[in-house]
Amino acid sequence: MKYAVTSAPHIRSKNKTQTIMLDVIIALLPALAVGIYRFGLRALGITLISVAAAAVAEWLCGRILYHRSSLPDLSCVVTGILLAMTLPVSVPYWLAAVGSVFAIVVVKGFCGGIGKNIFNPALAARAFLMLFWPVYLTRFPAAGERLSLFTRGTDAVTGATPLHDMQIPMLPEISLKDMFLGNIGGSTGEICTLALLLGGAYLLIRRVISWRIPVAYLGSAAVVTLIFFKGEDPLQWMLYSLLGGGVVLAAFFMATDYSSSPVTPMGQLIYGAGCGIFTVIFRYYGLFPEGVTYAILLMNAFAWVLDKYTAPRRFGCGKGESQ
Amino acid sequence: MKHLFFGGIHPEEKKELSAGKPLVTKMEPGQVSILMSQHIGVPCEPLVKAGDMVKKGQKIGDGEGMCVPVHASVSGKVIAVEPRRHPSGQEITAVVIENDFLDTPDTAMTAHKDYSSLSNEEIIAIIREAGIAGMGGATFSTTIKAASAMGKADTLIANACECEPYLTADDILLRTSPEEVLEGMRIICQVLQPERAVLAIEKNKTEAIGVIRPLLEKEKKITLKILPARFPQGAEKQLVQSVTGREIAPGELPISAGCVVFNAGTLRAIYRAVVLGQALTERIVTVTGEGVNNPGNFYARIGTSYEDMLKAAGGLREETKKVITGGPMMGYAQGDLSVSIIKGTNGILGLLEENGDKDDYACIRCGKCLTVCPMKLQPLYLFEQAEQRSVEGLKHYYLMDCIECGCCSYECPGKVPLTARFKEAKQLVREAGK
Repeated sequence: MKYAVTSAPHIRSKNKTQTIMLDVIIALLPALAVGIYRFGLRALGITLISVAAAAVAEWLCGRILYHRSSLPDLSCVVTGILLAMTLPVSVPYWLAAVGSVFAIVVVKGFCGGIGKNIFNPALAARAFLMLFWPVYLTRFPAAGERLSLFTRGTDAVTGATPLHDMQIPMLPEISLKDMFLGNIGGSTGEICTLALLLGGAYLLIRRVISWRIPVAYLGSAAVVTLIFFKGEDPLQWMLYSLLGGGVVLAAFFMATDYSSSPVTPMGQLIYGAGCGIFTVIFRYYGLFPEGVTYAILLMNAFAWVLDKYTAPRRFGCGKGESQ
Repeated sequence: MKHLFFGGIHPEEKKELSAGKPLVTKMEPGQVSILMSQHIGVPCEPLVKAGDMVKKGQKIGDGEGMCVPVHASVSGKVIAVEPRRHPSGQEITAVVIENDFLDTPDTAMTAHKDYSSLSNEEIIAIIREAGIAGMGGATFSTTIKAASAMGKADTLIANACECEPYLTADDILLRTSPEEVLEGMRIICQVLQPERAVLAIEKNKTEAIGVIRPLLEKEKKITLKILPARFPQGAEKQLVQSVTGREIAPGELPISAGCVVFNAGTLRAIYRAVVLGQALTERIVTVTGEGVNNPGNFYARIGTSYEDMLKAAGGLREETKKVITGGPMMGYAQGDLSVSIIKGTNGILGLLEENGDKDDYACIRCGKCLTVCPMKLQPLYLFEQAEQRSVEGLKHYYLMDCIECGCCSYECPGKVPLTARFKEAKQLVREAGK
């Protein structure tokens, strides 16, 4: 045979897993940059350690578990950055590394690699770290506290985040504008809503994600906090609830993780709404001020069953007919 | 952009390579090899043997039932009746004719300048005798399609979408012989008496639309429907949905939804058969692609070898990796140039990139396959079932609804060989059903 004989189609879109992951990394950069600016170079250090550990773990998984090289798809870099962004800047460096390795090896690798993991690797790793080292994950440096590369995290002056105030419950003293711009305490990547929205918009424009999960997530969280508000002003309570903590980061970057979320349009809407509702429930009734991590992990468990029961209507069969 | 069928994709059109080129009509191959199977169904039995002299348009193969007869596309001497490779890969009996370059015409068929006095049965018989099969690529018997639609179709659709990238054969047909296509529509209208007849075309064919529009000004029944350029607009189920909004039920033909779809080239062949008394022996073929030196559109004789076709298009570049019959989305890759043109060959492509399925794939569950599937299937879950060879699971996810358009494979960032695996799995389901 002189010419290649392969099955149709004979043209392919330029989109690759690698380009998608690169888009996610680009979309994360604004929020990460604000985190580094606000919390100092240590935030960069944590991120680099986290990514490096993820890359090493991924390489090992590729060699031992998958028998193919999975490093080039860049998904481990996304996981590494995402995990770092959910951590306070004051955590020890080794903690970020341990979390990354857990995410890549246990959460993803043991399921069979990319696309096969049931739970979001970064969030499952965060939940794991929370189990063993809660002290590191519940102390946040005060707003405006910048840590250099070699400052020990334990030396940082800690302060309450807006979510701590809201657990009391009371509205934080900080203005909504400062919340929106990221002039608050919190985890490295979650503080600046503006930067996160920029990244989210980029993902939507590039069609990396659909609007369904973020809109359903933020929408349901907004509705629930409006109806079951605390204090005097429902609108203020709702806005502080959405701008504080990791809801925006989660709605655009965590809940939309392909592997652990549904693929059907209706499934995505229900899933997103579930994430929003459980986030508020866990914040109201949970042990910790934040509920994002466990809300998404819980909904991750529903992803497959949501797909199963929200399959698209069969072509040529009217609504309600199965055959 | 608004589109009326589900999903779909819009790859780079690449039609500019051949769209502006004039139609080359002087095609004189020294030899043609006419395959005995150029339609879906039982192959023809050859009616001639080596050594016979044949005339142009002479019937040289026929059979019972669904069979569509084949005709000599040149006059000359039969030099062999032997198996040759079909573009789909099988070995099929072929009648090889040496061209005497005289084009001595066969006179078995008669011209009917005024066909209004012909009965439906007479017209259907002419379509059969002329050997007309769907020229959009599917090669379904036009006789059967027309006969089974009698009294049932309220909408006749002429398919000039040509949604596959690269191809410009229907485009140039409408630009050069629009009246022949419209006359073909009128003949079918006489037979089927539909309430309306729609010529469907994608909006990227602006020049063809400009030619057709004035011709339809005084027309009562035939209207022009300009559709967005989106693949697979020209697939029957999707076209019916775009034109009428109706969805064809699983496993059914368009006629179940009151529609009948004919490719523009097929309609022209009907015109030539009825009005001019000519059998189907020629068709327009686009020879194009980055690997072709001088892409263009050719009015080629059925049975012309790919070698001769490519010679007419200036030959293939050395870097050519792949030769395709049909469009790049659904066409068949050819290992060499020994095959020849059949009634359904709308294009021959020379591509510089292989773009084949590879072993190194991984589904990342991005769900893009769902969003592009025009049949609303869930390709990622179908693939899982295909991997497990679960006939039950494949049926549960409606494998047999798949039209093999290739959109999922095209779009997949993880490069999962979805379409290829579905074709194999269909075989599995068919065998299990036996």
